[in-house]
Amino acid sequence: MTAADERLRRYPFNLSEGLEIDPAYAEARSAPGLLRVQLPFGEPAWLATRYEDARFVLGDRRFSRAMAAERDEPRNQPYRRPGGILSMDPPDHTRLRVLVAGAFTVRRVEKLRPWVREIANRLIDDMFTAGPPVDLVEAFALPLPVQVICELLGVPVADRSRFRVWSDALLSTSSLTAAEFARVDGELRAYMADLVVARRAEPAEDLMSALIAARAEDGDRLSEAELIDLCIAVLVAGHETTATQIPNFAHVLLARPTLYRGLHDEPDRVPAAVEELMRFVPLGAGAGFARYATEDVEVGGVLVRAGEPVMAAIGSANRDESRFPDAAQVRFDRPDTAHLGFGHGVHHCLGAPLARLELQEALLALTSRLPGLREAGEPVWKTQMIVRGPRHMPVAW
Amino acid sequence: MSWTVRVDATACMGSGVCAGSRPDVFRLAGRHSEAVRAAVPPDDAVLDVADTCPASAITVTDETGAEIGPRP
Ligand code: HEM
Ligand code: SF4
Repeated sequence: MTAADERLRRYPFNLSEGLEIDPAYAEARSAPGLLRVQLPFGEPAWLATRYEDARFVLGDRRFSRAMAAERDEPRNQPYRRPGGILSMDPPDHTRLRVLVAGAFTVRRVEKLRPWVREIANRLIDDMFTAGPPVDLVEAFALPLPVQVICELLGVPVADRSRFRVWSDALLSTSSLTAAEFARVDGELRAYMADLVVARRAEPAEDLMSALIAARAEDGDRLSEAELIDLCIAVLVAGHETTATQIPNFAHVLLARPTLYRGLHDEPDRVPAAVEELMRFVPLGAGAGFARYATEDVEVGGVLVRAGEPVMAAIGSANRDESRFPDAAQVRFDRPDTAHLGFGHGVHHCLGAPLARLELQEALLALTSRLPGLREAGEPVWKTQMIVRGPRHMPVAW
Repeated sequence: MSWTVRVDATACMGSGVCAGSRPDVFRLAGRHSEAVRAAVPPDDAVLDVADTCPASAITVTDETGAEIGPRP
């Protein structure tokens, strides 16, 4: 067993602006053991920075998310959102996940491709009509996933500006007090509860109606609160991350014009490009959602004691040279694309197949129709957010 | 009486959902999942895991050879 570096470091390391990855990660990966980190709120945690360690912690059943509820969970915000699928362990977690999994399998999602392609192309048409410069975030990156997830879930697209405000607040690390977070959370819950009541009276062909039917069939499988929580999780997780990755991908590619041009010339490489960019872009400002050891477990040469939290630094794991040679380079010809950008284990991103499809269609539409795309000024970065990316990104072509 | 569990390695995307949920039935071997043992006692929870596979890579058949998971 290697001696761990027990110095407690303030975390997260990364600045929230830009997509740089802090050198502290590379240093930690090459040193033995795990790091000890202190987030702005909650108890200290272990931080796993290497690929193998991060994947192990995310995938091993001996690590629990549910246990976080009984503890002072390490976090970026004063408020703790109670419940939710990301706070559950199997078998409870499986009970909920099985109700939504069918809507997001590769097979089901692939059927949506023509529709998503049409949305992407219509947004590009609108960009042409408006003329340059346009804000890629407002004109393209945000409306694409919002429209997709709203229609799949059964939330009116017209309410976009309302839930944007709530979802922004819930994902922020800003100076909102616990009471302010709770108020925002309560508003979003009330909004979703109203939608569920309306949909119950008048079902439609959407995921919300399917969940309502599952609850009607067997109330023990899904409580009303769980139903509402699941819809919120799908709505918030289903648009914010994708909307942030689209401009991130564009930003990385436009700084490497041969790669952007290469996708214009060879659109077949778009799926590989999406995997590589998912690996390369450290989306999270830092690791989140600590896992608690339910028994003593060795991780990266450190004995993590039962009851101690470990955080998996996905952005760092994806830059681990021992897994991805030349990790700091963007290359679309990697033989190994098993990145952790969608997580791993039971909480592996529910929407990964959908997100992949949206990112592929977004890159395809941009590179095929706007071969001369360029940034028209500096992006305005989000600040104090759990995910990093441009809030506005002026582009021309 | 027992059911048979199979993982299609060409479809599996290595998400780790199955092995994380039921390590007694599934394990990751490198990039892909495999069944720990092909034969398992009948257990609806295994059907649930088959349903949650994002790649629809897990199939469960009953003793007659009929496919019972993933459920449609
Ligand atoms: C590029 C876009 C996306 C990225 C980078 C992303 C990333 C992630 C990651 C890393 C996790 C695991 C978190 C953890 O284990 O700590 C996760 C979970 C999740 N994601 Fe995504 N996601 C994206 C898009 C989506 C979409 C489109 C949906 C829509 C359904 C979605 C829904 C969820 C849900 C519900 C969970 C929790 C799953 C569970 O606890 O079982 N995500 N996502
Ligand atoms: S859940 Fe499916 S895709 Fe994920 S590891 Fe298991 S078999 Fe592979």
